[in-house]
Amino acid sequence: MREIVTVHAEVLVIGGGGAGLRAAIAAAESGARVALLSKVYPMRSHTVAAEGGAAGVAQPEDDLEAHFRDTVAGGDWLCDQSAVSYFVAHATAELTWLEHHGCPWSREPDGRVAVRKFGGMKRARTWFAADKSGFHILQTLFHTALALPSIDRFDEFFCTGLLVHDGVCHGVMALRISTGEPYLFLAPSVVLATGGAGRVYRFNTNGSIVTGDGLAMAWRAGLPLRDMEFVQVHPTALPGSGVLITEACRGEGGILLNAEGRRYLQDYGLGPETPPGQPRNKTMELGPRDRLSQAFWHEQRAGRTVPSPRGDAVHLDLRHLGAERLAERLPLICSLSEKHVGIHPKDAPIPVRPAVHYTMGGVPTSVDTSTAISGLYAAGECASVGLHGANRLGSNSLAELLVFGRAAGERAAARARAGAPPPPGSALGHAREHLCAIQALRAKKGTVRLAELRDAMGSIMDECFGIYRLGPDMERGLSRLVELRESWSDLELRDASERFNTELIAALELSCALDVALAIGASAAARKESRGSHQRLDAFSVRDDERFLAHSLVDYAESGVPAIRYGPVEITSYPPEERVYGGEAQVGDS
Amino acid sequence: MTVLEIQRYLPESDQAPRWQRYEVEGEPAWSLIDALGYIKDHVDPTLAWRASCRMGMCGSCGVLVDGVPRLGCEVFLRDLPDRPARIAPLAHLPVERDLMVDTEGYLRRLRAVEPWLQPSDADPVGPVGERLQTPAQQAKYLETAQCIGCMLCYAACPQVAVNEPFLGPAALAAAHRYLSDSRDHGHARRGSVQGLQGVWGCTLVGTCSEACPKGVDPAAAIQREKVRGALSFVPSLFVRGEDD
Ligand SMILES: Cc1cc2nc3c(=O)[nH]c(=O)nc-3n(C[C@H](O)[C@H](O)[C@H](O)COP(=O)(O)OP(=O)(O)OC[C@H]3O[C@@H](n4cnc5c(N)ncnc54)[C@H](O)[C@@H]3O)c2cc1C
Ligand code: SF4
Repeated sequence: MREIVTVHAEVLVIGGGGAGLRAAIAAAESGARVALLSKVYPMRSHTVAAEGGAAGVAQPEDDLEAHFRDTVAGGDWLCDQSAVSYFVAHATAELTWLEHHGCPWSREPDGRVAVRKFGGMKRARTWFAADKSGFHILQTLFHTALALPSIDRFDEFFCTGLLVHDGVCHGVMALRISTGEPYLFLAPSVVLATGGAGRVYRFNTNGSIVTGDGLAMAWRAGLPLRDMEFVQVHPTALPGSGVLITEACRGEGGILLNAEGRRYLQDYGLGPETPPGQPRNKTMELGPRDRLSQAFWHEQRAGRTVPSPRGDAVHLDLRHLGAERLAERLPLICSLSEKHVGIHPKDAPIPVRPAVHYTMGGVPTSVDTSTAISGLYAAGECASVGLHGANRLGSNSLAELLVFGRAAGERAAARARAGAPPPPGSALGHAREHLCAIQALRAKKGTVRLAELRDAMGSIMDECFGIYRLGPDMERGLSRLVELRESWSDLELRDASERFNTELIAALELSCALDVALAIGASAAARKESRGSHQRLDAFSVRDDERFLAHSLVDYAESGVPAIRYGPVEITSYPPEERVYGGEAQVGDS
Repeated sequence: MTVLEIQRYLPESDQAPRWQRYEVEGEPAWSLIDALGYIKDHVDPTLAWRASCRMGMCGSCGVLVDGVPRLGCEVFLRDLPDRPARIAPLAHLPVERDLMVDTEGYLRRLRAVEPWLQPSDADPVGPVGERLQTPAQQAKYLETAQCIGCMLCYAACPQVAVNEPFLGPAALAAAHRYLSDSRDHGHARRGSVQGLQGVWGCTLVGTCSEACPKGVDPAAAIQREKVRGALSFVPSLFVRGEDD
């Protein structure tokens, strides 16, 4: 086998999206020598696609307690409340920090930062840069990182596994995509910031690189994955492509109409109807995402959706906002809609339908981002710090990347300073075997086609683990997933080349996605209640705090259906209540 | 059915790039990236390109479509001509494999203009500690801040082909973005921006702005920096007038 290249660093960050870049900057500013690994150039990471904005209390009539309560209620009480408290207390400072580094947040006429309304948030507190918030955040972070000489970037390096021995993480194994060379990165601290896993489903809003690699690597290294059954379905994406049409459209006053032209959300406990263009927090179109996606499902069953060439849809009407406001606040939406469905939103409503969007679950961490493996930290969408519970509120995750990315970078740098033992020889032997096995995959013989396996996985996930779930469907899906995962080892690969062998990368991504799909499936089938994004239509259609006010933990299994355990949810000050939206949510409000 | 002629180059086995013809059973609403995916899935798993977000934001998927630099995710099969379309890697940049070109050169040029805010603590701040900036002040740089680094402008610029040290449209637009930001005080970066490797290397053909999918208008940014550079020879009064 080819010689392994070894790289030493103090802090190793896996992932160049918002969380990874923020962690790298924080670690570098704490004095650590950082190696930043990413399978794509950092500015290509999927944070770039985020449109709507990032939450942080900014207005005098708003306060941290309100942000805390919205987040906990939005998460259907499955949030760890000390993580939520930490988050809301640090979000605004992080958004301001980004401003100091150049982020062009949209402004009020007097020069202050502007905030917009977002679903499930009682007050306007979402900072935005038109409808390209993620892009500007990522750009600002990337540019800031370019200024720091102690960050060494390893762009287009594909991480294949964590080097963990006796509960300590010593580094990672990786493949340099441009040459196919095997690499070993050694460091006392490793930050996992590899993003979510939306691509385990077929119809989703995620980029093709969002395949859950980090989740699978942590799982294989012995950590459980937490709350994996909670997958957010965004109510508004373009039929066919799944391109996201941001919630900010509704925050700015857009309305949703069924085939009969009715504002159907009022029929799902989200009314009373608000005048078009005058959105009211937590009401109608600004209800939480899970409720809106569920409403679509019912409308579709009732035959009240609009047929479109690429699938049933409802109409998102923005016409009343006027051309000028659309151009100022939602320029990307206008161009996406024109290019992909040939409709300018000033002239006609946009057809939209729900699509898988966000993985609430992930690698369990404490509030300080540490995991149960010493030296391993996790932040961003791959982590489950306890912020989102059973349903994430839109605009909380971009702020999460900054708050917990920074915390991870600082913690990782502190551990590196304190010094950690070098990896034992046996760990290095294990790394060598791992890298050898990957080299042997090129042009491997087999009978299973990669695309067929990938699509079969996605279809099962769409069918059995979507907006609504049924016990028998989930059991069927689960056994299918077990089979599909096994058949990965019989893949046929045909590209024997070393340089930019993207077929090999796709095969490695698929093996990760299959693991994550199974973790989602097993966690979903075991949760016999309905909460947040996990909604069942069988005998378990209501929330059951008695038995399931608990985090699910799925343990790794080489084969078969993995076992599920439950762990406690931390409740500090806000005991469970019923989630209320629409008119009822306004009671007692000024 | 759509026919594509794709430029192939496998560095381990090809002496030189070659053309390969593929037939795609696609829908009119498919993007070129969907079509490449179809080829990889059903016809030829060795075809390589970069792509991710499929919504024109990640900047990965620039290619030449019949010689014109485009984002692959913004070209739809319905828009292709009846004859076979020719898909090639972006011009003026070293080809790594198939449709993938070298990105390092662009990033080196970008880094050379120090594309990060160089602020001053003396600037007035708002209620949450943000530096105040009115929409009018923001408008001076917002257009150039939209650059996604797709390098289409490098493929369109004749100077990039002949003047190796030339920083090129996107890097110079990034310099202009920060130099035009009321919160920035990094005037030292002008050193790299003026001169023949900088704005004075531009011969004003304007093809970069035509190619740009994000309306960045690098040609206009370069012209404004030329004016700013020329003005810096006259008393500082004028410079302040340009900067506010
Ligand atoms: C279309 C869309 C719009 C959104 N809009 C909003 C919004 O308005 N507000 C909000 O709060 N949230 C929004 N979200 C959610 C939010 O954008 C994401 O949760 C967040 O950007 C994830 O950031 P991250 O840093 O964790 O991961 P990512 O940005 O996905 O980055 C992951 C990084 O890990 C690297 N990586 C992954 N696997 C490997 C590997 N095997 N080896 C090496 N590197 C690897 C990748 O290269 C990448 O650099 C949106 C999401 C989508 C999909
Ligand atoms: S200036 Fe335009 S064409 Fe050039 S890299 Fe930036 S976005 Fe692409």
